Amino acid sequence: MDPIQTLVKNLAEKHGRSRESVLPILQGVVEQEKFLSERSMIEIAREIDIPAADVYGTATFYSFLETKPTGQFIIRVCKTITCAMKGKNQILFAIEDMLKIGLGETTPDKQFTLLETNCLGWCHKAPAMLINDEIYTELTPEKVREILSGYMKVNANH
Amino acid sequence: MATSNQLKRVDFIFRNENDWEKILSSTLERKPQELINELISSELKGRGGAGFPTGLKWKLTAESKEKEKYVICNADEGEPGTFKDREILSRVPYKVLTAMAICGYITGAKKGYIYLRGEYKFLLPELNKVIDEFEYYCKETNLDFKISIFMGSGAYICGEETALMESMEGKRGEPRNKPPFPTQAGFMGKPTVINNVETLVHTFTIFKYGAKKFYDLGVQYSRGTKLFSVSGDTPKPGIYELELGMSLQDFVYEFGDGDTKAVQVGGASGFLVPRKKFKDAAIGFKGKLTGISLPTGGSMMLFNSSRSMFNVLDNYLEFFREESCGQCTPCRVGCQQLLLGIKAVKRGEKPASYLDKLLRLTETMQYTAKCGLGQSVANSFSSIVENFREEMIY
Amino acid sequence: MSKKVNITINGFPVEIATGKTILEAAEEQGITIPTLCHHKDLCVAGNCRVCVVEVAGQNRLSAACATPCEEGMEILTNSLKVRNSRKQIIELLLAEHNADCTKCYRNGNCELQTLASEYKIMTQDFIELVPLKHFSIDAYSPSIIKDDSKCIRCQRCVRTCAELQGVNALTVAHKGDKMKITTFFEKAMRDVVCTNCGQCVNHCPTGALVERNYIEEVWEAIANPNKHVVVQTAPAVRVGLGEELGLKPGKSVTGKMVAALKRLGFDSVLDTDFTADLTIMEEGTELLTRLKKALVDNDKSVALPMATSCSPGWIKYIEHMFPEHLNNLSTCKSPQQMFGALAKTYYANARNIKPEDIVSVSIMPCTAKKYEAFRPEMHDSGYRDVDYVLTTRELAILIKQAGLDFNKLEPAKYDRLMGESSGAGVIFGATGGVMEAALRTAYEIVTGREVPFENLNIIPVRGSDGIREASIKIENPVEEWAFLDGVELKCAVAHGLINAKSVMESVKAGTADYHFIEFMACPGGCLGGGGQPIPTNPEIRRKRAEAIYAEDEGLPIRKSHDNPEIKKLYKDFLKEPLGEVSHHLLHTKYTKRERY
Repeated sequence: MDPIQTLVKNLAEKHGRSRESVLPILQGVVEQEKFLSERSMIEIAREIDIPAADVYGTATFYSFLETKPTGQFIIRVCKTITCAMKGKNQILFAIEDMLKIGLGETTPDKQFTLLETNCLGWCHKAPAMLINDEIYTELTPEKVREILSGYMKVNANH
Repeated sequence: MATSNQLKRVDFIFRNENDWEKILSSTLERKPQELINELISSELKGRGGAGFPTGLKWKLTAESKEKEKYVICNADEGEPGTFKDREILSRVPYKVLTAMAICGYITGAKKGYIYLRGEYKFLLPELNKVIDEFEYYCKETNLDFKISIFMGSGAYICGEETALMESMEGKRGEPRNKPPFPTQAGFMGKPTVINNVETLVHTFTIFKYGAKKFYDLGVQYSRGTKLFSVSGDTPKPGIYELELGMSLQDFVYEFGDGDTKAVQVGGASGFLVPRKKFKDAAIGFKGKLTGISLPTGGSMMLFNSSRSMFNVLDNYLEFFREESCGQCTPCRVGCQQLLLGIKAVKRGEKPASYLDKLLRLTETMQYTAKCGLGQSVANSFSSIVENFREEMIY
Repeated sequence: MSKKVNITINGFPVEIATGKTILEAAEEQGITIPTLCHHKDLCVAGNCRVCVVEVAGQNRLSAACATPCEEGMEILTNSLKVRNSRKQIIELLLAEHNADCTKCYRNGNCELQTLASEYKIMTQDFIELVPLKHFSIDAYSPSIIKDDSKCIRCQRCVRTCAELQGVNALTVAHKGDKMKITTFFEKAMRDVVCTNCGQCVNHCPTGALVERNYIEEVWEAIANPNKHVVVQTAPAVRVGLGEELGLKPGKSVTGKMVAALKRLGFDSVLDTDFTADLTIMEEGTELLTRLKKALVDNDKSVALPMATSCSPGWIKYIEHMFPEHLNNLSTCKSPQQMFGALAKTYYANARNIKPEDIVSVSIMPCTAKKYEAFRPEMHDSGYRDVDYVLTTRELAILIKQAGLDFNKLEPAKYDRLMGESSGAGVIFGATGGVMEAALRTAYEIVTGREVPFENLNIIPVRGSDGIREASIKIENPVEEWAFLDGVELKCAVAHGLINAKSVMESVKAGTADYHFIEFMACPGGCLGGGGQPIPTNPEIRRKRAEAIYAEDEGLPIRKSHDNPEIKKLYKDFLKEPLGEVSHHLLHTKYTKRERY
């Protein structure tokens, strides 16, 4: 068994093999792999015995289940009204400038992917962003640069 | 029964009382019917936005003869401008769990789920710890009720109760046809009580202090307190528990920055109220209040005169265009048309009168969309376009 | 529950059985409420919203297809509010739809076009969305073309593929403005588990899913003086074609169809029913041989139950979904492919025509037949056995293009050599028909007597239940088949792949003790095929079936083995069923495919 098969099998052991297990298993694969490859979706379909098309249809419904390759860290900047009012664009520019990528792109070293997302539920501390599951609020361009430097440093040490 | 003319701050929800075990055990000693009656008499309405009477929901589920039933806590808080449920789950999660267990006791459900939005995944470790403690207590006291967390993965529409159930069943989060309602056929086709996080905490308050205490707060048709998520152009953004029935004027007096041009009540799917209507607007559920009454999930976004209402509407519509599940025509195509339409008017590619066509479109969406999302796009659209028409054109 | 509820529709009080939807109630009263996502074959979706009606006391409108009638409901199906809303929904759909109607294959038979015409949508104020999206046309399949720019997202195809067929090649993906109907990972239909059955095409209200047509290719062949164009017509075509040409469902038009084909310029008009009879000879013998090997020789390698192999949608399905059971399939080619292989050998020889000069065309109720003809293994004549496959609908187009007044045509007879058939061949077009035809012959071979059913009508295998079982006890067989004495021959019939799936699951589990199973990919069998006239629904299928069985009863020859042309074929060419020539020309192999 290759790593994807093992991963999917373990997730199915943990969450079960019924249709209701689809989302937890998809989430489990994303947690490990950052995105859902064609291969991993086929393995999920096989493991819980549902059509592959259904796995694809379900996965693409949810914004946090990426189906394209992404970097190690997925940055999701909130673009909904309050964050937009409180300077979301400046935050985006700062990130784009620092990582040299545009929205929807991944850095060549496969470390960061930059995305926008809908309301994160931190409107009182706008603007906000998620890096993987970590939340960062009341952002300023300076603060963002500091945060990203932190991630880069951690990574450089690896 | 007058509308309150000033803000009344209350502190029930976040009051940190370490007595949940006592409340739970004493409540479970009472008869389910008695508890339902108490809940009904409190006139508590759902705090997620739709405002369905909570007691009735529990009663309908309790009356079902089905063996298997479920209690679901809807923590898929996604309405722009709302962040109260996250705060509840991080500060007083045990109140939510207690309320779910009581609901299980009353309705006969043995299994509860918290559907937590993917954006709040960081809450998971703490929440799981509390659930473990809670389950330990249940085991000790032979209470047959289990709670698990089901994670969402980024889909606003899953806050719609039937979409949420579809999602839990491993499918695309597309709202179902109603009837049947969840109380008859919900999760896995079984009778299900699904309540917003805050609603559940209010039931805790009611079972602890009695329905009267809750009923005495607020105004007719809008009893009790409510958490308000305040954001936008305000010097004090945050979460506030207030009595229902206040006038928007008083609210702005308290939270505005002195230059408040309009307030969006109830999030992107709620209404935008312009300054001239502040004093006529009361915050509460539908009823015979003075002036217009605003149903609310508690999102209050303030805009000052520096804000372009066109940009605000543009932002909302982009949100809806992306977050519509896409299955029904009026919502899927309607949202796209509204967004493209206002841009075309702004650019001068369509005449100003095209806005009237779009207003008629929102009416059609309100009448015909399959679920609350498509139906309520009309709220913000018409309230913004009607009140700030000139900003849409020039 | 036979309780009734009292409601009013447009002010008139009516009594309706409990549980009926508003749509059904209105239909009973002779009121048509427009629908798009609704189809009588499928579960209720309630997503297009054109069927909205007003219920007194409610501000919002209700979807008639999804709302059950309740006591006291006052329903308005045509109020101003309803009309305005409905009209705007149609406008919205048109704004999302590539409404280039004059260039559309479904022009003239499109539900959206009809609605737009009924509601007189004369202007398009809404912004056209099609130019803003990057739609591509999937035309890689030899059977089906999928054009997303014409899709109205009613999901009928998705439900068809899942509920009727259990294939799930199609799915809804993404959400919001990006929501679309697609396949796994948005691959071409050719590259996924699609069986080419064409039920999605038959259920599509617009031109988003259509058959790949070979109309021009066929006209060109006909016009080429150096080509001898033979055409074969499948059993189910004759009971469907009339619907495309102005007749009510349930009318068999065999003679007129043959007359029309002759006028279109085909050099020889022949009948697939002939090779249906041939299939019975080969497949019946194969079954008896398998039974002998299993029961007498105790040969464990013989796969039973034996499954029929006439339906190419079913073949592709089993190749994908149950590849470990390909041995259960009869090795017989489908009647279309048997015909093709013989046309360029036996027929060419007898008529003294070079096989390379023959163009072999078939008219089928089926889109999967197009794919079948393209299979690389279907070249046993040394050429492509069948060159072009047209659906019933395409034939109707040819007839209309040629300006023929179909209903005025004098009925004509099929040409000879491969044009004669029995009633057994005709009923191949209905679910259960292959089984019935096989039993009529096999029973007689084994016992020397006719099947013990009145007028040869084996009623237990007929009908519309998704899965049917029958058994027939063999008594006093002739000497050669003495080992079958007392054996109860157990058969099953399944139509619609979702039913095929459940039968195959019991075969896989080893709980199916059948000897012989007939599988048809499409609901109703070929008469409900993906290439049949649109609409097809339970009522229409029932009428087509009646017409097929009536045609069988009206024919002088009812049993495949009595067909004189079949006898001649064996005498002159094949020698014996399962003989060497048969083996080479009439039997085939199957391919294991991926399930995911």
